[in-house]
Amino acid sequence: MKTFSKRNGYFLSAILATAFFYFNGSDVTTSVYATGTVFALPLALAAMVGIMCERTGIVNIGIEGTMLLSAFVAFFVSSLTQNIIIGLIAAIFTGSMMGLILAVMAVSWRMDQIIAGTIINILATGLTSFLYVQGRTIPGVFQSFEIPVLSKIPFFGPVLFIHGALTFLGIAIILALYVAIYHTTWGLRSRAVGEHPSSADTAGVSVVRLRYINVTIAGAVGALAGAYLSLELVGSFERGFTAGKGFTALALMIFGRWNPLGALAAAMFFGLAQAYANQLMIDQIVNIPSQFTAVLPYIMTIVVLTISAGKVRAPAAEGQPYEKGQA
Amino acid sequence: MSETNVDKKVVKSQSEKSSKNFDVGSWLVPIVAVLVAMSLAAILIKLQGLNPIAAYKSLFKTAFGSIEGLGVTLGKSTPLVLSGLAVAVGLRAGLFNIGAQGQLLSGALAAAWAGVTFDGLPGYIHVPIALIIGAFFGSVVAGISGFLKAYRGVHEVITTIMLNSIVMGVADYLASHQLREPDQFLTRTAEIQPSAKLPIYANLPLGFFIAVVLAIVIWWILGRTTSGFRIETVGRNRHAAWYAGIPVKRTVISAMLISGAIAGLGGAVETLGITYRYAPAFNLGLGFDGITIALLGRVHPIGIIPGAILIGGMRAGAANMQFDSGVAPELVDLLMALILLLVTAPLITRFFKNNSNKSMTSGWGN
Amino acid sequence: MSALLEVTGITKRYPGVVANDNISLTVNAGEVVALLGENGAGKSTLLKAVFGLIKPDSGEIKISGTPIVFGDTAGVISRGVGMVHQHFQLVPVMSVAENIILGDEPRRGIFINKKAAHDEILALSKRYGLEVDPEAIIEDLPVGMQQRVEILKALRKDVKLLILDEPTAVLTPQEIDELLGVIRNLANSGVGIVLITHKLHEVMAVADRVVVLRGGKLVGATSPKETDEAGLAQMMVGRSVVLQVNRTEAKRGAVVLEVKGLQVRDDRKILSVKGVDLSLHKGEILGVAGVEGNGQREFVEAICGMRHREAGEVLINGVATKDMHPHAVHKAGISHIPEDREKHGLVANYSIADNLVLNQFDQAPFAKGWVRNLAEVAKSAISTVEKFDIRTPSAFNTASSLSGGNKQKVVVARELSEDLPVLIAAQPTRGVDVGSIEFIHNQLISARDKGAAVLLVSAELDEILSLSDRIAVMSDGKIVAIVESKDADRNYIGRLMAGLKE
Repeated sequence: MKTFSKRNGYFLSAILATAFFYFNGSDVTTSVYATGTVFALPLALAAMVGIMCERTGIVNIGIEGTMLLSAFVAFFVSSLTQNIIIGLIAAIFTGSMMGLILAVMAVSWRMDQIIAGTIINILATGLTSFLYVQGRTIPGVFQSFEIPVLSKIPFFGPVLFIHGALTFLGIAIILALYVAIYHTTWGLRSRAVGEHPSSADTAGVSVVRLRYINVTIAGAVGALAGAYLSLELVGSFERGFTAGKGFTALALMIFGRWNPLGALAAAMFFGLAQAYANQLMIDQIVNIPSQFTAVLPYIMTIVVLTISAGKVRAPAAEGQPYEKGQA
Repeated sequence: MSETNVDKKVVKSQSEKSSKNFDVGSWLVPIVAVLVAMSLAAILIKLQGLNPIAAYKSLFKTAFGSIEGLGVTLGKSTPLVLSGLAVAVGLRAGLFNIGAQGQLLSGALAAAWAGVTFDGLPGYIHVPIALIIGAFFGSVVAGISGFLKAYRGVHEVITTIMLNSIVMGVADYLASHQLREPDQFLTRTAEIQPSAKLPIYANLPLGFFIAVVLAIVIWWILGRTTSGFRIETVGRNRHAAWYAGIPVKRTVISAMLISGAIAGLGGAVETLGITYRYAPAFNLGLGFDGITIALLGRVHPIGIIPGAILIGGMRAGAANMQFDSGVAPELVDLLMALILLLVTAPLITRFFKNNSNKSMTSGWGN
Repeated sequence: MSALLEVTGITKRYPGVVANDNISLTVNAGEVVALLGENGAGKSTLLKAVFGLIKPDSGEIKISGTPIVFGDTAGVISRGVGMVHQHFQLVPVMSVAENIILGDEPRRGIFINKKAAHDEILALSKRYGLEVDPEAIIEDLPVGMQQRVEILKALRKDVKLLILDEPTAVLTPQEIDELLGVIRNLANSGVGIVLITHKLHEVMAVADRVVVLRGGKLVGATSPKETDEAGLAQMMVGRSVVLQVNRTEAKRGAVVLEVKGLQVRDDRKILSVKGVDLSLHKGEILGVAGVEGNGQREFVEAICGMRHREAGEVLINGVATKDMHPHAVHKAGISHIPEDREKHGLVANYSIADNLVLNQFDQAPFAKGWVRNLAEVAKSAISTVEKFDIRTPSAFNTASSLSGGNKQKVVVARELSEDLPVLIAAQPTRGVDVGSIEFIHNQLISARDKGAAVLLVSAELDEILSLSDRIAVMSDGKIVAIVESKDADRNYIGRLMAGLKE
């Protein structure tokens, strides 16, 4: 059961791949896959934010805002200091702070978590549109480089091993998170807190502290997703830059059953579908109005949620504030 | 206890009950929130090297300083009252409709279409028809989320926000193809017929009064009718509602339909009363402003009105403020965010805390 | 040598109540101390404070002579204190091993050493003779087995002090005996034990000393040698208790509710009611006894339209009711006091008045067509609050402001307001104070005397024995016997509950 969704994601990706091999040469397929990975990464990273929070029982719909503000800070600080590393650090600090604010609202104030997340989103929109200045530039982006040897593997080399530093960092985080959730003390405790907090509490695990830690670190991961957009993928910043990716990520998290690899597979599927649609347009095989390709991920999000609704089991304590001693 | 005694007690408790809704203590929270948010924003303005006092002075003078200004303010407030009301109706049913934006857009576009297409109708027929068509389309968009929530358990927050983007894409497409103004370089619809324009009486826009009347009607429905009781019960404890024989799924869908219709009406009023046409950059933040306004107004249909006027005034005065003091008009977005942050913590704990200790929206599954 | 546990002057206040009022207590190694008291007497609060789950307002707690830091559960555990909680503190989707090691996991580097955990649990289970499968998932285990896991979890850290909070609530009399044996053995091996309970015969069987709490105060200390059950009961409730409810002989009439071959599945889709036949007569109280989790909940929910019926029929006055909605069942003549009153019975932040009309709000006189008649709602609420002695400053306060007992009175008042032919009461006095229990019991009896057919489902055998005219015993989804209450024998019923044949 646990791997059902992973299999789903791989299966669908495989179908797409086969279709491509059939219609095009392997060169085009490789390039679509490489593009798909690039599209998938921010979604997958954002889904990790959701997983880290929800595994401890906190619903985070503020991912979108966290990404937006971090992307802005990354760009703006890079531009001010003319140094993208400083920009990245500033973004990660910002993301952590947003995570911390969410933790304060959700854990300490026991606010409705959906509303708390919405506040994060609106706050990010307000701050970025107020502070946004047109015409700024950054000295460059995190450039793609090849990992020696590995990048020479046919197909997998170009798809997985020729990227910018943030992509590699992101992939490493996803894999590490998978291992951590199922095989470390932290993972066991986080899952216990998200499923049945009073059990963890009575076993001497501090529910409040773990929730604070996870939500804050998750904020930093969300910042990385945002910084990836402005410092590696695009190299600029606009108002409303993240275009709903933080919400799509939540759907991927659910579709991936709160499993990092499941969510990664789902994100790959999304990324590939988009890359595929783009390729079709470039090849002039079909002529779809650009407005419709733009809404494709949103429609897919709703479809994916409709399919997985009722079939997946969320962490049981999700969304519920915890009060010590109320066992 | 004698009969008259009982009656006296009834009357007394009833008045206690209604006075409780306007309890001064709790209404201080929004006021304080607004003031603190303005102070915080002032610090940011100061950090930008500009003068916050001058900025605020210009802002409020433009918005509330003259009859003309007040007219513009009320015009700007109208869709805000409606989108706030839409969000509030959803919250009352335990639904967080953050897609008022998309519902509003579809209402605005549909009203523009109706305003352009129908020809030769007198105003007293054309305006209501266009308003109803706008409300209908807003309702349809929200209805999708309501249906998915009720029958598939898909969380409305994600579907409504996704529908925002979908509606925006589709509306964009329609405005640049089928509904595009002929022989025009700009992508936008043609201007609506004069008969479809909402009249303005002595600087006061008619749309505002429609919005206020609607708020009062919704207040009455929620507090005094069986339908309102169903919505509120579902919002507060859907298990108990189901157990007591209230059709939960139908109520969820109805609440979404009503919420969407109100938002759609908001878009229609904006089209028919202010913009007179639909263009892709149609007032982007209105739906999200609705969230802040609903919570600022303590999720109370009447409480929404002052909040909407305040925010509408800020929107009305923002351009002049930039001219006078150099502060970006997006200051209003920032203010809204800060107000929301400040007003929500104490509010939500009070409004939803007793909900059997569970929050309104626990998880995505159900 | 200082005592194992020394509690001095603990006070804990909650809004509106003093849960613990200056309580002092000592426990020595190798003795079993029973902490006795009614629901709400403050037993759990006191021991949660000892275990670091809540912070008392004042006082001091010492373990082996050294004070603990209030609220520091991990610290208390490391000092050799284990606790078996009233509500199982197990993560349902995790394995037995994961549950037991949680909080102090064997590691290899940053990873959990799953092999070591597995071995450790096998050794632990062998040492105490409590057999478990370390890899089994908790939610797949029967309740008795879950309790075993809970006890092993508490014993894992070579405990010196073991606290058991109502450990017998969900066990059969035979499982209880077994558990009491384990407790005795642990004490003999030098462990100090605190046993929270309100069951007197358990206290008499196992305790060395008894400490009684009432209304948050320590009201006395004694030992089983110095007193008997009646004496303990008197200390517990503060007056001599009528153990038998006063009631007249039932005037049993025609069959009103008939259940034929009912089969129902539980939440996990497992068949939990396996073909039940039952007839309920006018003017009688039929008690359904049984250990919790033997299908009673599903049985009631299926009759009341809250759960799908897999097979079988339910007839009211000879008319078959379809598998229908709770409200439709209500209209067909069944009123129902639901087991989970917070979830199904009440809307917490509605006023008492609105809660009282929850199932009639759209009917006359509470509504005229589409418009609610609030004056009528208020008038009826005020008189109901008085009639049912619901303790509240006003009928317009929210239901959430009421105590458990008064909340239940609101539900009972609403369900009895229409005088329907059938009343189904599921666990009607759970979590309810003594005064309210008496009141609710009297209401059930007076409903019966007015001619209602009453089906009482309760996990409290004493409640069943004192109220019922007939007793049906439910075990493993079946009614294994129906006896007239005058022929009922506590031990006999206990054995039936455990699924034993005679």
